[in-house]
Amino acid sequence: MAGDLEFEKPVVELRKKISELRDYTQNTDMDLSAEIEKLEARLEKLENEIYENIKPWDRVQIARHPERPTSLDYISKLFTDFFECHGDRVFGDDEAIVGGIAKYHGLPVTVIGHQRGKDTKENIRRNFGMPHPEGYRKALRLMKQAEKFRRPIICFIDTKGAYPGKAAEERGQSEAIARNLFEMAGLKVPVVCIVIGEGGSGGALALGVGNHIHMLENSTYSVISPEGAASILWRDASQAKKAAETMRITAPDLKELGVVDEIIPEARGGAHRDLEKQVQAIDQTLLASLKSLSGYSEEEIIDHRYKKYKLIGQYSSLNEYIGVN
Amino acid sequence: MLKELFTKTTKKKKYATIPSETAKQDVPEGIMTKCPSCKKIMYTKELVKNLKVCFHCGFHHQMNSKERIDSFVDLGSFEELNNGMISGNPLDFPDYEDKLEKDRLKTNLNEAVVTGTGSIDGLNVVVAIMDASFRMGSMGSVVGEKITLAIEKADELKVPFIIFTASGGARMQEGVLSLMQMAKTSAALKRFSDHGGLIISIMTHPTTGGVSASFASLGDYNFAEPGALIGFAGRRIIEQTIREELPEDFQTSEFLLKHGQLDAVVSRSDLRETIASILEIHQPGGINRWQEI
Ligand SMILES: [Zn+2]
Repeated sequence: MAGDLEFEKPVVELRKKISELRDYTQNTDMDLSAEIEKLEARLEKLENEIYENIKPWDRVQIARHPERPTSLDYISKLFTDFFECHGDRVFGDDEAIVGGIAKYHGLPVTVIGHQRGKDTKENIRRNFGMPHPEGYRKALRLMKQAEKFRRPIICFIDTKGAYPGKAAEERGQSEAIARNLFEMAGLKVPVVCIVIGEGGSGGALALGVGNHIHMLENSTYSVISPEGAASILWRDASQAKKAAETMRITAPDLKELGVVDEIIPEARGGAHRDLEKQVQAIDQTLLASLKSLSGYSEEEIIDHRYKKYKLIGQYSSLNEYIGVN
Repeated sequence: MLKELFTKTTKKKKYATIPSETAKQDVPEGIMTKCPSCKKIMYTKELVKNLKVCFHCGFHHQMNSKERIDSFVDLGSFEELNNGMISGNPLDFPDYEDKLEKDRLKTNLNEAVVTGTGSIDGLNVVVAIMDASFRMGSMGSVVGEKITLAIEKADELKVPFIIFTASGGARMQEGVLSLMQMAKTSAALKRFSDHGGLIISIMTHPTTGGVSASFASLGDYNFAEPGALIGFAGRRIIEQTIREELPEDFQTSEFLLKHGQLDAVVSRSDLRETIASILEIHQPGGINRWQEI
């Protein structure tokens, strides 16, 4: 199958062998069914071994898989009446972020997400899903609009990071990200964020200050890419695999660290293996999330979000040792 | 009463006017229309049926306020507001009153904007439609006041406010009073918006100067028809100032979309449906219904 990843090669090869044997038996009188059965049992065991024991670096590969579903894939399946709104009303329309209004189970929502391309041409248009300041400013404009009209906000996070470029710095990449963190903290409507691919640093967080943060099982979220971390920590980008393990960037890690609320399960081998099933899994978590946040007053929803972030961090105090509070 | 007066006069004079310059050209005015974009000639009746969009090249011919109401608002739902209001001559500008009078007779309108209540797919709205055939749609005291009253009406009725803009900008003959209409209309929109009101702006050809720099740009949703000229300063002034030739698509709808100013460019054939769908999504009360799912 196209797009098979390195770590799943043994499974793929065995699967191929079984299907070859099957083809062979169709053209001959030999009965190989016992043999095939044995191989199938081995395949199941191998699949369990590999897929239930996915290493962080394998997850990085799945999260970056070119066929991994993007924001627009989920938007078109989860929502109806999606109407895309363009532009930040200041400088431009950044296609690395899509956003608009839609209906979810018949009720109005605002939905925003990073958007990668599916092929080279689209990737160039969307800058490989790496936004400029105008992308973040468009997102904020749509969030403020959602707040005005009192509808919840859903953000899909999927970016290697905010674009590191000259023009981006000139127009205030830092300010744009910072402004989103600041303003999102004060939104009077529920905000639910779902990391669907790569959650690359500040560029991801700028759509990520929510009441709930969920992650697809094989997505990642980190302060820096594994390659970047390796090059800073050990001056060697080829140590990315080691960095992926050290940095704790997978969904189970982040759940343990208290950053993530729910892990949304993926099909074996990744979301791209079964889009319909993935949509169902997201739908289940998202709807439950919105329902549980719907009873809050405007003040309570802000407070709920504040407390979520207040709780993140690990520290101790010297005062404990010297007996002072 | 004034309106009646003018309508009567208009009806009498309507067919007595001398054919204009364009009418004397190769195409008989009225029956046939020549597309300024592709130069093809077509029956005016057919063109109007096609929402005045050229069959051959998709060029959007200007619509007057009546055509807009007929094609956009639910049939029979439109009720006009404040249609008797007419401009004074605050600066005693020579010929201004004559020009107004002439345009009233020519257009069968009393000013450059028509406002009223109506519905789109059964959803109630207040709508304001600027008409470029009256004084190039320029904004003086009456235009500013009628738009402000329409916004206040939307606020009172708690319904969305939709405006179609078409304007050369502020009306020079009314001087600073005209300038101040930008502030008046914007203040009304701010109050309406703070009350949760939905504002939809649809910019049509041309939307420039003081109109583009006030209510036209203040929608929760800003749309434009394809190919419309939209901008603040005139192209010639900019070229003279910066001593540079401007790109072909400068200040078009498509240029504005690329530069972040519009939510979408919507062709006339999709406009009604697009706006109806947005109105539908903004029906109030959704936030309280999540538990019911
Ligand atoms: Zn044409």
